[in-house]
Amino acid sequence: MKAMEQSPPPSESKVLLELNGVRKYFPIKGGVLKRVQGNVKAVESISLKVFEGESLGVVGESGCGKSTLGRTILGLEELTDGKIIFNDQEIQDLKKKEKKKFVKEMQMIFQDPYASLNPRQRVGHALDEVFRMHTKLPADERRMAVVDLLKEVGLKEESYDRYPHEFSGGQRQRIGIARAIALNPQFIICDEAVSALDVSVQAQVLKLLKTLQRKYNLSYLFISHDLGVVQYFCDRVLVMYLGNAVEMGTVKDIFKHPLHPYTQALLSAIPRPSVHGRKERIRLTGDMPNPADPPSGCPFHTRCPIAQDVCVTDKPAWVEHRENHFAACHFA
Amino acid sequence: MQEALLEVKNLVTSFRTADGTLQAVKDVSFEVKKGETLCIVGESGCGKSITSLSVIGLLPQNGSIESGEVLLEGKPIQDLSHEEMRRLRGNRISMIFQEPMTALNPVLTIGYQLREPLLLHRNVSKKEATVKAIELLKQVGIPYPEKRLKQYPHELSGGMRQRVMIAIALACHPGLLIADEPTTALDVTIQAQILDLINDLKEELGMGVLMITHDMGVVAEVADRVMVMYAGKKVEEGTVEEVFGNPKHPYTKGLLNSVPNIDDPEFELEAIPGSMPGLNEEISGCRFHPRCQFAMDKCKVLDPPEFIDRNGHTAKCWLHEDEEVKADESNGTVTATV
Ligand SMILES: Nc1ncnc2c1ncn2[C@@H]1O[C@H](COP(=O)(O)OP(=O)(O)OP(=O)(O)O)[C@@H](O)[C@H]1O
Ligand SMILES: Nc1ncnc2c1ncn2[C@@H]1O[C@H](COP(=O)(O)OP(=O)(O)OP(=O)(O)O)[C@@H](O)[C@H]1O
Ligand code: SF4
Ligand SMILES: [Mg+2]
Ligand SMILES: [Mg+2]
Repeated sequence: MKAMEQSPPPSESKVLLELNGVRKYFPIKGGVLKRVQGNVKAVESISLKVFEGESLGVVGESGCGKSTLGRTILGLEELTDGKIIFNDQEIQDLKKKEKKKFVKEMQMIFQDPYASLNPRQRVGHALDEVFRMHTKLPADERRMAVVDLLKEVGLKEESYDRYPHEFSGGQRQRIGIARAIALNPQFIICDEAVSALDVSVQAQVLKLLKTLQRKYNLSYLFISHDLGVVQYFCDRVLVMYLGNAVEMGTVKDIFKHPLHPYTQALLSAIPRPSVHGRKERIRLTGDMPNPADPPSGCPFHTRCPIAQDVCVTDKPAWVEHRENHFAACHFA
Repeated sequence: MQEALLEVKNLVTSFRTADGTLQAVKDVSFEVKKGETLCIVGESGCGKSITSLSVIGLLPQNGSIESGEVLLEGKPIQDLSHEEMRRLRGNRISMIFQEPMTALNPVLTIGYQLREPLLLHRNVSKKEATVKAIELLKQVGIPYPEKRLKQYPHELSGGMRQRVMIAIALACHPGLLIADEPTTALDVTIQAQILDLINDLKEELGMGVLMITHDMGVVAEVADRVMVMYAGKKVEEGTVEEVFGNPKHPYTKGLLNSVPNIDDPEFELEAIPGSMPGLNEEISGCRFHPRCQFAMDKCKVLDPPEFIDRNGHTAKCWLHEDEEVKADESNGTVTATV
């Protein structure tokens, strides 16, 4: 498989999804009266665009808010603040009924497909259910659609009558993908979709996702803690730290010319599978702060190797330093 | 030549299961020298953990060493009693696991858990143990060690807990440290800290390290020598430079080609077709042949022996038939080619 071709520059494609100051806080309740005592600031005012047919990677360390961002876009978490615009329509305040047509357009693939499959349901039936709930197809046509779907993701027709435990991890992830693409969505959120797979199988699944993207002009929000996979798979990347967007740009800009010291440290911390790569790292000391009690000023200042006084007091703005290359750092 | 600290010879470990007795480790031999890190690498289920658990006598209930030898500084340890083995662990051999939460006791303070091995294995007073515990926490880079002694595991972050585990593992200056995926559950910036720490301590204390990982990046970072396992067998072994610079076995090549290369976006990623066989799947010939793009007729029927080249780099693959068959040291015969 050749290094994956990058989509046309974002400006030429149509915007599919736009986030405008999206915020998600989880209230912390405590005390005898269960009063709200504070908030876990899981996602802090994020604005971005996802274009048709592109993959936007979301990277950052555990707990930085990647999954919460994805779940909030899908409406699985209630939005605290901001706007979500999908296909030119604001969807954050839609009622359940109006929302239904967007449900078809937006799907999610999870890390552990096993957890989202019913162990006692045959795989064919699980997929059939999707068509039964969302289409008016008669039973025989549904069966055909399911078989087509299985083939599309590289599974044999016999899989129809099998149970989830009879599949390997990679095959189960194919079932998860089949379910996500069943209704021809425009947008799929992949939340650590290949993280649990062995590397040899991971490459198979990435290839499948890319083939489907080309065929159906799909857009992916590709959440992963694995920067290697993101660089390989995505067109653009958003780097998050403690709920905040700290940098966003094309894969090339982020990996070759990272502007934010956190991105730089993250890239330098990745163990390279090559013996010539044993080089000096930028070492970050300490752990990620508590998102319920984030630091003042720049969220990264407690671990930042170049922090100055201004970083402790002022929050850096989200600035477009070069075309399509954003960063939030006083010294970017 | 440095002397061997740990020698494992022709280890076969099997499990009693509903499908009968199944071998998880099939005739694996290797050694770890003082001051060296050997990495065992391979994908999920290939037998890495079971190999290391066999070494320290912590196999699950239904598992046992069927044959083979485990020697620590030349003395066989595979038949030691539970009590003797327990004394060895935490004293001369220490182990750290992927999830420190499962290895740390949630209801005991960090201080208690650090002092315990010292009181057990070293003849020290409680006061001396406390002083030593603080020193150990400092050594693994934990800030405010005096305060940490009174804390419980859940009060620490994941990276901090792993450091505590390492501190406990180092308490009695073990000659051999076995680390099973010690950083897999951690973020990359924390992983980098822990790998540096293990490397530094190895140098300072002259420990032998047996490190288990599925991450080729981690291997390149810490290993002196590498052993690649596939479906219960060792398929390749060599120095880290040899294995990365000149991988011999098609599985090792496949592993290296499946990992995206951060420094080279043009890198061609290739998937290995299929997936690792289960323990109960019988495969004739080379266990890798159904997934191997180089498989020849011979591979389907004959299990290749280990071939070894001038650099001591081995591969269990017929493509290297022109090299010498590795002599089996334990019994002086040549590995059978059936
Ligand atoms: N339902 C919830 N209630 C309270 N806090 C939550 C909830 N869900 C997530 N959080 C908190 O929000 C923050 C962001 O979590 P999130 O799961 O989005 O992180 P992530 O980037 O996906 O991490 P990971 O890489 O570990 O999956 C964390 O501090 C988490 O503890
Ligand atoms: N108690 C057990 N009973 C039966 N089979 C077992 C038992 N424990 C492990 N196995 C099997 O032994 C094989 C080797 O397991 P092992 O834990 O050594 O794999 P591993 O290489 O460490 O994988 P991972 O990277 O997932 O940790 C696997 O096929 C596993 O399913
Ligand atoms: S022995 Fe044959 S099947 Fe096995 S790895 Fe070598 S070439 Fe492939
Ligand atoms: Mg997540
Ligand atoms: Mg294991």
